[in-house]
Amino acid sequence: MTTGARTAASRLTYREACKQAIRDALLADPRTFLMGEDVGLYGGCYAVSKGLLDEFGPERIRDTPLAEAAFVGAGIGAAMAGLRPIVEIMTCNFSLLALDQIMNNAATIPHMSGGQFAVPLVIRMATGGGRQLAAQHSHSLEGWFAHIPGLKVLAPGTVEDARFMLKAALADPNPVLIFEHIVLYNAEGELDPDVTEVDIAKAKVRRPGRDVSLLTYGNSLPKSLEAAEKLAGEGIEAEVVDLRVLRPLDDGTIFESVARTRRCVIVDEGWKSGSISAEIAARLSEHRFFELDAPIRRICSREVPVPYAAHMEEAALPQASQVVEAARSLVTGR
Amino acid sequence: MPSLGADMESGKLAQWLVKPGSKVRKGDVIAVVETHKGAFEIDVFIEGVVSELCAKEGEELPVGALLARIAAAGEELAAPARTAEPPQAPPQAPPPALPPAAPPSPPAATPPAERAAKAPAGPIPAPAKAPPALAGGRKKVSPAARRRAEELGIDPETLEGTGIDGSVTLANVELAGAGGGRHRTPAAEPAELKRRTGFDPDQMRQAIAAAMSRSKREIPHYYLGSTIDMARALGFLESYNKERPPEARLLPAVMLLKATALALRDMPQFNGFWEDGRFRKADGIHIGWAIALRGGGLIAPAIRHVDDRSLADLMEALRDLVGRARGGGIRGSEMMEPTFTVTSMGDRGAESVYGVIYPPQVAILGFGRAVERPWVVDGQIVARPLVTASLAADHRASDGHGGSLFLAAVDRYLQEPETL
Repeated sequence: MTTGARTAASRLTYREACKQAIRDALLADPRTFLMGEDVGLYGGCYAVSKGLLDEFGPERIRDTPLAEAAFVGAGIGAAMAGLRPIVEIMTCNFSLLALDQIMNNAATIPHMSGGQFAVPLVIRMATGGGRQLAAQHSHSLEGWFAHIPGLKVLAPGTVEDARFMLKAALADPNPVLIFEHIVLYNAEGELDPDVTEVDIAKAKVRRPGRDVSLLTYGNSLPKSLEAAEKLAGEGIEAEVVDLRVLRPLDDGTIFESVARTRRCVIVDEGWKSGSISAEIAARLSEHRFFELDAPIRRICSREVPVPYAAHMEEAALPQASQVVEAARSLVTGR
Repeated sequence: MPSLGADMESGKLAQWLVKPGSKVRKGDVIAVVETHKGAFEIDVFIEGVVSELCAKEGEELPVGALLARIAAAGEELAAPARTAEPPQAPPQAPPPALPPAAPPSPPAATPPAERAAKAPAGPIPAPAKAPPALAGGRKKVSPAARRRAEELGIDPETLEGTGIDGSVTLANVELAGAGGGRHRTPAAEPAELKRRTGFDPDQMRQAIAAAMSRSKREIPHYYLGSTIDMARALGFLESYNKERPPEARLLPAVMLLKATALALRDMPQFNGFWEDGRFRKADGIHIGWAIALRGGGLIAPAIRHVDDRSLADLMEALRDLVGRARGGGIRGSEMMEPTFTVTSMGDRGAESVYGVIYPPQVAILGFGRAVERPWVVDGQIVARPLVTASLAADHRASDGHGGSLFLAAVDRYLQEPETL
């Protein structure tokens, strides 16, 4: 493994960026530790923590039983007691087992204790579909968690965010959930040597454009960028906004972009009904109705259990071609 | 928002001239409203104190919308007082527009009114450039396009939509606002536009077109003409003017106006409105005087109580009205009040004019240019200044016999100029 990010411009994978982020955190603060299923000896289900056990030892890289409610609860307790735990839930599909801990404890204890306890906990989990893991292991539940007051919900869609969001999350006194997309782990990107931190408050325009805003996050970000590239070939300038933070949503950046382009396509791997895309569309029509020059469009996953077969899974998840088509119709009327 | 004409759908509140707390009396001008016919001053009908300004300057509002609240004298100021503005559209009828005593004037025209009096709040079919609504539903107009169209004073439902599902987009509105064609690539940069303000010749053309079309569609006109010997009237005028400085001199127009008003007093069946299938006599004789505007178009604001006023008084009123009409200071009430319309071709116009009635009025009287022609007086052929007076009247409200008597009455008054 390398520590290249701290030295010079380097090209690395999203997975490597996640690992460097954890390593940095462990080096920076003795109160920080990582725990989760298979994070130690096995090196993490997605190999994010591979090698960390050797470097930091079992005190700080802790394998847990397959008991999400238990180890998330332990993480909450550790955070309340003054540590800075990073809890890894192998995939968000299993986070439902810990939902009670996350929603009823992590998110509410600061409130229930009258401010006596903060819960400076970070929970990382893998999310999304696209790797033929079938219906029970392909969920995108970040939109669900974004429903819950008391949590912050992050969705790194770039190597840079994967590399630096954790640091900001650990610095936050509230429980922060980080959703790492399983397809992005192998994605590569360049790190700007001048960037050593990112905020976890603002959405970010990843590609400017004047004709239509593509509002997206996570693995839908590269798909949207691909769509914007295709649209550019047709003379349509799409602006790609990486939401990054799903709770609290950065209304300012979203509104500003859509007010300028007056059209938007929301690209979200979650199911459409009751999704974060629905929330964004609702806010736009509540607050920027008169700026809109076309209906709001959403490209989301088909409302079916995500299929196993590759061609069917591809058909069920959002694809760049759908984004191109939706954006084009909004801009040209065709 | 008062209706300043049957063709008026909405108006833009250009300026408030009062503030909350201002005391107002009947007739006070409290605001300026812009319509496609220009800027009009809005006067109030009651006495009281302005308690709330509900409309913002620059806001485009449909006819019937609340502009301000005025606590009538005696009412508590705070209590949401009665709507003082135009509580409902004009009690009477809107204004006319005709061709006039000025340069190149369009054919006799008269705008309609009525929507005002009838259903102030209800939507009225607008004069449309294109079919307003698609069969089976509203025309799709994007929110941004609709708002921009309001700013530009364009009815977006009349535009061709090139957006998704045939919707009217911002680009379509901007293009229409720039006076361009109806199709463009929506992705293209919207052109910078100059903002429309005040009188817009194209819009006025639309308004006149709508009013006149409605008149000809609905009103069974009949026409009567009489040639009137103006020798006595002009002779009277000459001696009257000789003794006076230029600013106090009279124009023949005021004699025509006054004679018409006196004839209307004798024949009230021509002074009023055709509404709901029957004639309603007007309370006063307020004659709409058609004024051609520079740059085309015309309006016919009212001169009130013409029958009760002296020639000198009428001359002053006429000068004032023409000046304000061309300068953009006509009051809303003046556009609503006409009960009858007179159009005079003036001394450079045609010899006769057959007017188109401004609905819901029931008649319009036209005077051609005075010309010297052979005329028989006491068996002798003599040269006399003659004017052709022509009446266009609504056959639902009156008949030719009455029309003849009316023209005869006008003639009779013009033969006794000293009585005017």
